[in-house]
Amino acid sequence: MKFIMAVIKPHRLDSVREALAAAGVEGMTVSEVKGYGRQRGQTEIYRGAEYQVHFLPKVKIEIAVNDDKVAQVMEAIQTSANTGKIGDGKIFVYDLEQAVRIRTGEKNNDAL
Amino acid sequence: MSKFLRRLAAPAVLPAVLFTSIIAALPNAAFAADAKLNSGDTAWIITATALVLFMTLPGLALFYGGLVKSRNVLSVLMHCIAIACLMSVLWLVIGYSLAFKDGAGANAVIGGLSGMFLSGAGTGALNGTIPENVFFAFQMTFAIITPALMVGAYVERIKFSAVLVLSALWLIVVYAPVTHWVWGGGWLAAMGVMDFAGGLVVHATAGISSLVIVKALGARHGFPTEVSPPHNPGMVATGACMLWVGWFGFNGGSALAANGAAGMALTVTHIAAATASLVWMCLEWRAYGKPSLVGLVTGTIAGLATITPASGFVGPVGALIIGVAAGIVCYKMVQVVKKAWKLDDSLDVFAVHGVGGSLGTLLVAFLCAPGFGGLGLPEGKTMFQAFGVQATGLIATVAWSAVATFVIVKITGALTGGIRVRPDDELDGLDITGHGETAYRLD
Repeated sequence: MKFIMAVIKPHRLDSVREALAAAGVEGMTVSEVKGYGRQRGQTEIYRGAEYQVHFLPKVKIEIAVNDDKVAQVMEAIQTSANTGKIGDGKIFVYDLEQAVRIRTGEKNNDAL
Repeated sequence: MSKFLRRLAAPAVLPAVLFTSIIAALPNAAFAADAKLNSGDTAWIITATALVLFMTLPGLALFYGGLVKSRNVLSVLMHCIAIACLMSVLWLVIGYSLAFKDGAGANAVIGGLSGMFLSGAGTGALNGTIPENVFFAFQMTFAIITPALMVGAYVERIKFSAVLVLSALWLIVVYAPVTHWVWGGGWLAAMGVMDFAGGLVVHATAGISSLVIVKALGARHGFPTEVSPPHNPGMVATGACMLWVGWFGFNGGSALAANGAAGMALTVTHIAAATASLVWMCLEWRAYGKPSLVGLVTGTIAGLATITPASGFVGPVGALIIGVAAGIVCYKMVQVVKKAWKLDDSLDVFAVHGVGGSLGTLLVAFLCAPGFGGLGLPEGKTMFQAFGVQATGLIATVAWSAVATFVIVKITGALTGGIRVRPDDELDGLDITGHGETAYRLD
């Protein structure tokens, strides 16, 4: 099992969700987060004063999948979150040791 | 002749001893001395009272609240609402009396104590054509918003106890006397100063006092390069729009009658606000490439503050000129205060209110002339004589406000153990450290 964590631009969330659903992903966790990468922050100007906003709003998606789906899921995210502009985000993949479905007690692949 | 006097009297004057005596000497003295209650006037001033209270609660509170960082927004709402409560009580106890009652031998500079606790007003006493209790309540809403305007100068670093003490002293020592000078029959009223709705009384006093407080209080941590941007520009715009609507009561109500003078005051108020908004927006658009919401509504407030003293004296063309001047001058002054003077008047109270109110106070001397579509110069004065009176009023108001506020800040500091919060509390934010509350919670 793998745990996939992706940080994307907030306005791409809907298309990423659709692409993941099409790829057979049945659940995910989403959080509103802040961060920056190569894009850095941005400058905002209020009443003539410049403010450096270091952390920009992003959306973090977390998904647990079977090993055989990893490539497909990564592909789905990469395609659907892509705007071609700096700040599109990143995808991280971790090994996942265990999973339990709380209601039934099913474990690992059965729980996904 | 009394066409001008009537216009002047209805708005600014109030029950001033001065005017009563002038009027008594006139052949056509029909308007104030033997006035009866007019239910149209009364209905409008009751409405205007509610509009002006709405400017502070919640207009100004939201306008300022959106401009600070999220960990301080509750403290700003707290400042505005608590000031409203405290000023109301003080206005009843003594403020109203000092501002508007006859001060006998000292009447040129301060009113008397005969109106403490609104004594004697009951429901029958009149002020002009409206009940005295309505006049009291209408003026109370001005006494609320004026110290609340200064909140914008000291946000994010002042002790709450200092806000209360400072505002209370300020109402008695700065606001009440200046109101008496200008509207209560004091020496500036005797000179014929024109301040329809509070360019001197409200905006100049609050503006200059803000600078004095900031000088003593010091800048926010990180000023000028590392302070946080406004946490909620939408809240800023919401509050500004409430202020705009409420200002119809502020200026239109200052006619103290439901008549054409009120209608014109309301109209020029709106035109000046709209014009200054567009000017500020365009200046930012040109300078930074984007027209911003915060800039647009800051222009609105600048236009409103600037037209305030002039609103009963100028016509629509004068309002356009005032709107353009307000947009340009206040816009520039924001930069001057923060960048050249390096003063952290955090939400630009001086640049917007102090400068705007002063600008309007001076411009009205010219723009009230019929040549500019105004309603006429004060009787027997040339334009430059009128300007001299306006400048005298402005200098006196600014000087008294600055000196008195300097002393008030010292006293407040002694009573509260320093007016500034501890550095740690400033970093953690005043909401949690000062009030034990959090504005935005993930749950």
